[in-house]
Amino acid sequence: MTMQALVQVLASGLLTGLIYGLVAVGLSLIFGLMDVVNFAHGEFLMLAMYATFGLVMVSGLDPVVLMPLVAALMFVLGGTVYVGVVRFAMRARANQGMVQIFATFGLATLLQGVAQYLFTPDYRSLSNSWLGGKTLDLGGIFLPWPQIFGALVSLAAFGGLFLLMTRTDFGRALEATREDQGAVALVGIDCNRVFALGWGLGAALVGLAGAVLAVFYYIHPGVGGAFALIAYVTVALGGFGSVFGALAAGLIVGLVEAATALILPPSLKSVGVYALYLLVVLVRPQGLFGRL
Amino acid sequence: MAGTTITAAPTGSLPLDESARRFTAKRRRSLYVGAVVFAALAALPYAIRDVYLQNVLVLTLLYAALSQSWNILGGYCGQISLGHALYFGIGAYATSILFVNYGITPWAGLGLGAVIAALVALAIGWPCFRLGGHYFSIATIVIAEAGLLLVQNWDFVGGAMGVQWPFNPDAWATLQFAQDKVPYVHLALGLFVATWLVTYGVAESRWGYGWRAVKDDPAAAQSLGVEVFRSKMAAAAISAFFTAIGGGLYAAYVSYIDPESVMSFRFSLLFALPAVLGGVGTLWGALVGAVILIPITEISRSYLGGTGSGIDLIFYGALVMIVSLARPEGVLSLFKRTRKARNAEI
Amino acid sequence: MSANTSGPILRVDDVTLAFGGLVANRDVTLDVARGEILGLIGPNGAGKSTLFNLISGVYRPNRGRILFEGADITRLPPAERCRRGIARTFQVPRSFDSMNVLENVTVGALARHPTAAAARRAALETLERVELTHRTEAVAGELTPPEKRRLEVARALATGPSLLLLDEVLTGLTPSEAKAGVGLIRRVAEAGVTVIMVEHVMEVVMPLVDRAVVLHLGSVLAQGLPAELVRDDAVITAYLGERHRAA
Repeated sequence: MTMQALVQVLASGLLTGLIYGLVAVGLSLIFGLMDVVNFAHGEFLMLAMYATFGLVMVSGLDPVVLMPLVAALMFVLGGTVYVGVVRFAMRARANQGMVQIFATFGLATLLQGVAQYLFTPDYRSLSNSWLGGKTLDLGGIFLPWPQIFGALVSLAAFGGLFLLMTRTDFGRALEATREDQGAVALVGIDCNRVFALGWGLGAALVGLAGAVLAVFYYIHPGVGGAFALIAYVTVALGGFGSVFGALAAGLIVGLVEAATALILPPSLKSVGVYALYLLVVLVRPQGLFGRL
Repeated sequence: MAGTTITAAPTGSLPLDESARRFTAKRRRSLYVGAVVFAALAALPYAIRDVYLQNVLVLTLLYAALSQSWNILGGYCGQISLGHALYFGIGAYATSILFVNYGITPWAGLGLGAVIAALVALAIGWPCFRLGGHYFSIATIVIAEAGLLLVQNWDFVGGAMGVQWPFNPDAWATLQFAQDKVPYVHLALGLFVATWLVTYGVAESRWGYGWRAVKDDPAAAQSLGVEVFRSKMAAAAISAFFTAIGGGLYAAYVSYIDPESVMSFRFSLLFALPAVLGGVGTLWGALVGAVILIPITEISRSYLGGTGSGIDLIFYGALVMIVSLARPEGVLSLFKRTRKARNAEI
Repeated sequence: MSANTSGPILRVDDVTLAFGGLVANRDVTLDVARGEILGLIGPNGAGKSTLFNLISGVYRPNRGRILFEGADITRLPPAERCRRGIARTFQVPRSFDSMNVLENVTVGALARHPTAAAARRAALETLERVELTHRTEAVAGELTPPEKRRLEVARALATGPSLLLLDEVLTGLTPSEAKAGVGLIRRVAEAGVTVIMVEHVMEVVMPLVDRAVVLHLGSVLAQGLPAELVRDDAVITAYLGERHRAA
C-alpha cells in the first residue's frame, strides 16, 4: 500500500469519524442526563434528513443555509418527545428499563411510519447543494466537500457544546442535574424543564448531523437504523454520558471503519468497529471516558 | 400499615401449613389452567379453516414461544438481551443448511441449532455478563449485528441470498406441509408448551429463585449464596436453546430464509415485546402479549400496509408506545389489580 | 463445619482497604468470639460498613487476611462465604422488591436446603421466628421500612448462619419497634448465632452487646466492655463529641 493511500484512508476516516461523533453526541448527552437510551435516535436523524429534504424542496434554498432551521425544528421535536413520551416512561414504577426501551422503540416505528406516509419508501437524494459532488484535491488526496463541511460543522458543534456546558447557566444546570437530581430539585431547578431542554439539545445535535448527511447520503425511512447502531457503539465505546467521549469514540470508529475497508470487503467494514468495541468494553466496561 | 407493632401474629403451626397448602393449590391451579388453554389452542385451527387466520395463529404461537424463551433471560433473570435474533438465526440456518445441503431431517437441525445457540450464548455470556444495564443490552445488539454481517458474507450458508428449501411432499419427517397449516399450528404450540413447562418448573426451583433474586438485586442475591454469574449463564443457555428451535421451525414454515429476514435487529425487539406487553417475568405474559400484538400487527399490515403508506407502522408504533407507557407491569397486571380490588371489597 | 470450636469464629487480621487515595479501613485487627454479640460502632464514615463488606466478601482487602472458623476466606466470593455460614443485612434494605416476603426468605433458605420445597418450609419457619407470618404473601416492595428490615433479618437467618452481620437494623425504628428488634437479636444470639452489629446510636447498642469495637477514621480506636467504653476519653471525643456537635 502506498503512503498516499494510507493518508487518504486516514483523512476520510477522520472526516467520517467527526460526523459519527456528531451523530452520537445527542444520544450520549441524553443518557448522561437521565440514564435513558433513546431507541428512536436513528429516527431523529432520519427525520432531520427528511426535514432538510422537505425544506429544500419547498424553499429552493441550499441545504447548508437551512441547517440552523433544521436544528431548531429538531430541538422542538426533542423537547416534545420528552414532554409527551419520555416523561411518562420515567414515571413507571416497575420495569422502568424496559418501558424506556419499548416506549422509544414504539416511537421509532411510529416516526418511520410517518416518514413513509409523507415521503413514500423511495430513496431520495439532494443533488442541488453547492457542495454536492465537489471534491478537494490535496496533492492526490481526494476529500469530498460535503464530508469536509460536515466535519467542520461537527467541530463547531462540539466547540459550542463545550462553551454551553461550561459558560452558561443552562449548561451548569444540565451538569448539576447529571450529578444529583434530588439536590438540584432542592435548589429550585425544575428537573422536568432541564430534561426537556436536554432532549431538545440532544435532538438538535443529531438534527445537525442529519442536515449534514442529507447532502451526500440517500434519504429513506429506514436510514436511521444503520446510523443508530453506529451511534450506540460510539456512545458505549466513549462511555455513556460522556460528551467528549462521543467525539473521541466517533473518530476512532471512523478510522477503524476506514482501515477495515482496506483489508476486508466493503460489506464487512463494520466488523472491525464491532470487534474493537467489544474488546474495549470487555477491558473497560464503562467505555473509554465513562464514569461508573 | 405504617408503624405497625401488632406483631403478635397467630402462632402455632397453622399459618405454616396453611401457606404450604395454598401454595400447592395455586401451583396445581396453574397446571389445570395450562391444560385447558393448551387444549383449546390445539383445537382452534380446526375451527378456523381460513388459511390467512391460520397463518396468524401460527405466528402468534411462534412469537409467544419465542417471547417466553426471551422471558427466561430477560424477564426472570433481568438481563435485557436485545440480540436474540442471533440465536433465532442460528436455529433457522442450522435447520435449513442440514436439510437443504445434506438432506438431513429438520428435526436433527432443530436439535443441533438449539445446542449451538446455547453454546454461543454461554460464549457471549462469559465476557458480557460482567457488563451492567445498558452496556449489556448494547453489547448484545452489537454481537447479533456482527453475526448478521458475517452470515451475509458467508457463501457456504448462501450469503445475502439466503437458503431456499426445495419443494417436498407433505411429511412430518421433513416438516413440510404445503396443503395444510394445522401441523404448523401444533408445532408452534408444542414449542410454546415446552417453554411454558420449563418456565413453570423452573420458576419455583432453585434456579428460578436465583434468577429473580439476581434480577431484583444482584448484590443481595450473592450475599444469600446465589451464584450470580452461573445463574445468568444458565438462563442465557436455556433461553437461547428454545429461541433457536423457534428459528428452525420458522425456517421450515416459510421455506425460505435470508440473513435480513431472520437475523435483523427488529426481531430481537419483537421477541421481547410480547413478554413486555403481557408482563415480564410471568408465566402467561408472553402468550397474552402475543395474542394481543401479533394479530393486530398482521391484520394491520394486511389491511393498512399493502400500499406502503406507512399507516401500519404508525398504528403499530403508537400501540407499542401507549401500551408500554400505560401498563409498565404488563397487561396481565390489570387482572391482578382487579382481583385484589375484588378481595378488598369483600 | 464444626472445625476448631475453641478459637474465635472470626479473625480480621491487619486488614487495609483503600479506594483510590481514600483509606476506608486501616490495619484493622479484631477477633470475634463464638456466641458473642459484638457491637461495631463509630461515627459516620468510620469504616463500619466497609468492614462488613470485607467480611461478607463484597470487597477484597489490599492487605491482610480474614479468617472464618480458622480458614482463610480473604479471597472467597460472597456466595461461598454465605454457604460457609456468614450472613448479612444491608444498611439500606435491599429486599427483592418484585418477590413476595416468602419468596425473599426462600432465596436465603436455598443456601442450605437442596430443594425449593424444603427451602420454602424453612422460610416459613424463619418468618414465624421473626414474627412476620402475617405478611407472608405481601410483595416486598410494598412493605414499610421497619418491615423491610425485619425481612432482611429473616432472609439472612434463613441461610442458617453461624455468624450474622447486622447493619443498622435498629436505626430509624420507633422505640417499641426497636425494643422488639432487640428482643429478636437476643433470641438469635441465644440460639447460638454469633452476631456483629453496626449501630450508630450508642444508647441502643450498649445494653445489648457483650463487647464493642469502636472504629474511627477506618482504624480500631478502642475495644472492650460497653461499660468501659462509654467512659473512655478517646471514644467520647471521637464519637460522642461529634454527636453532641450534631445535636
